[in-house]
Amino acid sequence: MRLRTTTAVAAGAALLLLTGCGAADMTQQASPFANARGAKTVTLSVQSWVGAQSNVAVAQYLLEHKLGYRVDTVQVDEIPAWDALSQGRVDAIMEDWGHPDQEKQYVDDKKTIARGGDLGVTGHIGWYVPTYFAEQHPDVTDWKNLNTYASQFRTAESGGKGQLMDGSPSYITNDKALVENLKLDYQVVFAGSEAAQITQIKQFAKEQKPFLTYWYAPQWLFKKVPLTEVKLPPYKEGCDADPEKVACAYPHTPLQKFLNADFARSGGKAASLLKKFRWTTEDQNEVSLMIADQKLTPQQAAKKWVDSHESTWKAWLS
Amino acid sequence: MATISASAPRIALPGVLGHQAVRKLLLLALAAAVLVPLANARWAGGDWPAALTVDVSEPLTRTSDWIIDNRDSHPLFLYFLGHISNGVVLSVRAVYLVLLAGGWAGVTAFAGLVAWRVAGPRLALGTAAAFLACGLLGMWVPTMQTLALMVVAVLASVVVGALLGLAAGLSGRMDRALRPVLDTMQVLPAFAYLLPVVLVFGIGVPAAVLATVVYAAPPMARLTALGLRGADKGVLEAVASMGATARQRLLTARIPLARKELLLGVNQTIMMALSMAVIASVIGAGGLGDRVYQALASVDVGAALAAGIPIVLLAVVLDRVTGAAGERLGQSADMPARRPYELVVAVAAVVALALAGRLTDRLDWPEAWTLTIADPVNRAVDWMTAHLYSGVPYVGGTADWAGRFTTWVLDPLRDGLQWLPWWSVLLVVAALAWLIGTWRTALTAVLAMAAIGVLGVWEPSLDTLSQVLAAVAVTLVLGFVTGVAAARSDRFERALRPVLDVFQTMPQFVYLIPVVALFGVGRAPAVAAAVVYALPAVVRITAQGLRQVDPAALESARSLGATSGQQLRQIQLPLARRSLLLAVNQGVVLVLAVVIIGGLVGGGALGYDAVFGLAQGDLATGLVAGAAIVCLGLMLDRVTQPTERRAKKGA
Repeated sequence: MRLRTTTAVAAGAALLLLTGCGAADMTQQASPFANARGAKTVTLSVQSWVGAQSNVAVAQYLLEHKLGYRVDTVQVDEIPAWDALSQGRVDAIMEDWGHPDQEKQYVDDKKTIARGGDLGVTGHIGWYVPTYFAEQHPDVTDWKNLNTYASQFRTAESGGKGQLMDGSPSYITNDKALVENLKLDYQVVFAGSEAAQITQIKQFAKEQKPFLTYWYAPQWLFKKVPLTEVKLPPYKEGCDADPEKVACAYPHTPLQKFLNADFARSGGKAASLLKKFRWTTEDQNEVSLMIADQKLTPQQAAKKWVDSHESTWKAWLS
Repeated sequence: MATISASAPRIALPGVLGHQAVRKLLLLALAAAVLVPLANARWAGGDWPAALTVDVSEPLTRTSDWIIDNRDSHPLFLYFLGHISNGVVLSVRAVYLVLLAGGWAGVTAFAGLVAWRVAGPRLALGTAAAFLACGLLGMWVPTMQTLALMVVAVLASVVVGALLGLAAGLSGRMDRALRPVLDTMQVLPAFAYLLPVVLVFGIGVPAAVLATVVYAAPPMARLTALGLRGADKGVLEAVASMGATARQRLLTARIPLARKELLLGVNQTIMMALSMAVIASVIGAGGLGDRVYQALASVDVGAALAAGIPIVLLAVVLDRVTGAAGERLGQSADMPARRPYELVVAVAAVVALALAGRLTDRLDWPEAWTLTIADPVNRAVDWMTAHLYSGVPYVGGTADWAGRFTTWVLDPLRDGLQWLPWWSVLLVVAALAWLIGTWRTALTAVLAMAAIGVLGVWEPSLDTLSQVLAAVAVTLVLGFVTGVAAARSDRFERALRPVLDVFQTMPQFVYLIPVVALFGVGRAPAVAAAVVYALPAVVRITAQGLRQVDPAALESARSLGATSGQQLRQIQLPLARRSLLLAVNQGVVLVLAVVIIGGLVGGGALGYDAVFGLAQGDLATGLVAGAAIVCLGLMLDRVTQPTERRAKKGA
């Protein structure tokens, strides 16, 4: 018995050695669901906000119907998406709001991710109050006066302080540090997702209640619920370098595309399309409104836009 | 289990129990009298003292960075972990391609065939119908992805679990070493397993499969060991006396005798794997869970439901088929010999169907046959939110209830817990755990609670704890009332049983969908989901416990003229004390698991930290939260653990 066990162990070890001889780089392993049945597949990362869904929907529509690719989409949060992009589990991120750490790590140092150029849309994050409230109380739009209004922004979840509503935990936010460093009598409450945040904003708006929220442009919701930005201390280059000590506004960011480096080199027509993909804030909002407000599926919305903007996307295919 | 006898004298001699309890409390009070002034003098205030915390985020961040930098170069990754990851990817892919190649008709027919062979014609029909329903909902491909992942994860879990169980079943030392570990693993919320695997393997299918294996293997190991140890001594003696070697004894007597436990283990493993495979969508498992997750992110209840129904169908089918297989095995010794030609015809039919699909190029589910339920469901939800959500005359809307529950129950509870000085929280934990268990469980509970403080997440942990306590209170009230009703009325129990069955097999994730529609976002929906998830187990254990009460005791009470209320209060409830305690324990464990997932719907606290860690790739935050969740789970389990654990949910 003892002998047999030893033999078995030895055989197992030998087997392990044999199979284990070659190196297996797990950063090069794609998703098991990709490229099923030999189709040319492109995997796009979809972030949870509707603007990003619009980019992906239009890109997906063009890839599938004009170039004959099969497109998989995965929902990954922003920072894990960089890791997935580097590993080739995702081929492209269509809209990135600026992640300098990751850019340095993956684009400059490891060179596993390549820049894909501007999306053509400029993004801006800020704090917003509903316009109906800002018109009654014009001085609320300066951060210095926020504390006098804290009691009006109070809710069940914010306790004794005013509520500053944030959305998804995955979004870029300095709000906790800002509240701390600007000595504001506010509590940051995370709605958990952008959709929950929108639902909440719409309900507040229906009852014409005051609220203060983290929000960003371009966003289709501005057309439904007019919002006015609260001025924070102006943004200067590098003032948000230390996440603990941030005390300034968010920058205006030209949104970027990023491609997996291998895909960028050998991705053929698909990579070329994604690199040339560039549209305007109006275009994006048009598709987003169709998805979020008219409740079209992303594919239907993309088809509508593609049918009516031939000149724009023809240039991407050339 | 041998625990019943151990507790019997306690019930019989309440005087001794009271005496013991008083002595324990006195000892504890003495210890407190010495230690508290000391602690209070050094670190005053309600919060956990900052001097006693250890900041682990720095080393954790460094570890995480190191792993990302070295993942494609260090030998540990290239020659070991890389192969594991590769093996997982290849096997999931192989199963997935086979499923796709079979086509929807082939896969459905094959599933029906398997169900027919192991569980009979009725379940075969049900299985086929369930698969067709998945296709009808437009979820064929995601269902196949989840199924592929499940097949690999379940096979791996069963192998790992059986090996561990074999070791524990054959060696007493191994058993003693493994049992506390397995016991603990069973009470930990699924979410806590996700973070460590993500740290090593990154987001994606390999991490999802491995997390699933870690979560699903323990029940297999426990039940295997239990089956091997429980084998009839007489039979073993007889086999040994015939001169069988140890291996022969194992193969011919012990394993066959344990087959019922083994199949129960497989059943439990499958259910836990399914539940985990769905939650693992948060770390990139894809498939059905991902659809639910995406839909939740946009509060698209209709779409979430369309992906949630296939999960429930898969769960019910898998549970019934493996359950029925186990029952058949129990009485299989004299099963009528099956007619082989039937099998041949059936297999031929399956192959023909798969080939037909292949030749006519109808492998994908035809798009024209899908039924979009998202729109009507969303319209119904919109109607509900418009009419039930707020402003219903007299009773108020669901959102108003949620708001009131938050303001009047959750807030005071949380603030109260956070206001309590830290040492008094430890004292309460120690007292509860010691009164109900042994000094060992008390010590574990106190140490677990202290570890939370040391990790520096005292406040969010107490926030989570307040949600757990509120949810457990609601669950117990509802559960005991329903359980008592079920124990007293046969008709009610019969009506209740299928409902409980379905609710008990549903993965935790599914509960998040309806609560968001009804209660909006925040802590209240997290609590509501937890209550719904834990209720079936509590109801079932309560009803079982009450029904097991010695009929003779009841008869004698009745003959003495006790009313039925008196019988319940004075005979049934006291005699079912152990079951009731077990119900509390199970309720607490199940509630915690869902309150954590509630981070996805605005539950905040530890669950939010865990989600945040995953979403931001900030594993330091996530891992600390994960460790705190583990400690909280341990503490809650020990505080409510009578003496020995019984089988888990679904057993």
